[in-house]
Amino acid sequence: MARIAGVDLPKYKKCSIALTYIYGIGRTRALQILDKAEIEPTKKIKDLTDDEITRLRATVSEFTVEGELRSEVQLNIKRLMDIGCYRGIRHRKGLPLRGQRTSTNARTRKGRKKTVAGKKKAPRK
Amino acid sequence: MARSLKKGPYIHHKLQKKVDVLNQKGRKTVVKTWSRSSMITPEFVGHTFAVHNGNKFIPVYVTENMVGHKLGEFAPTRNFRGHSSKK
Repeated sequence: MARIAGVDLPKYKKCSIALTYIYGIGRTRALQILDKAEIEPTKKIKDLTDDEITRLRATVSEFTVEGELRSEVQLNIKRLMDIGCYRGIRHRKGLPLRGQRTSTNARTRKGRKKTVAGKKKAPRK
Repeated sequence: MARSLKKGPYIHHKLQKKVDVLNQKGRKTVVKTWSRSSMITPEFVGHTFAVHNGNKFIPVYVTENMVGHKLGEFAPTRNFRGHSSKK
């Protein structure tokens, strides 16, 4: 069992995929890391030697991942909210930041639909 | 798309002039401006701008954190007060 950056990596997956289970590592970065640590990307996690795991751990620690990255993102959002700029206000209200329409859709930011009683449906033609 | 680095940040030339004068004299007065698209540079820190939002001027006190944003980001143009409740 390989434990890197506080995350258990799945044993039976290829390295390049398994690394993406860490927050902050996607497919591209996973391949970069494996290239740097000189590990075959198609090798399964369970087949790694202790030496390879150590190298992997060292390479992953060069990036900001997991908790550190999460807090960094939160700090950036907090900064926007504190200075009271447009994006900060949108964060506060839980609405999309980048000019998307909110009359319909935008459900990812707004959450599940809240039904309003008495609201007319759009007329059918 | 981001603005070309060659050009540098956009600041309306008249606004830049006004801030330069204020900085030279070391005075701080409210600068009225319609130039919402001007970038906030480090020279602006500590000044108060009255930024037009299409209706009236919103006072914006510039702090260090705001550098790199545009003046218009701090003067919202829309004012949503919520939907009318049932009568």
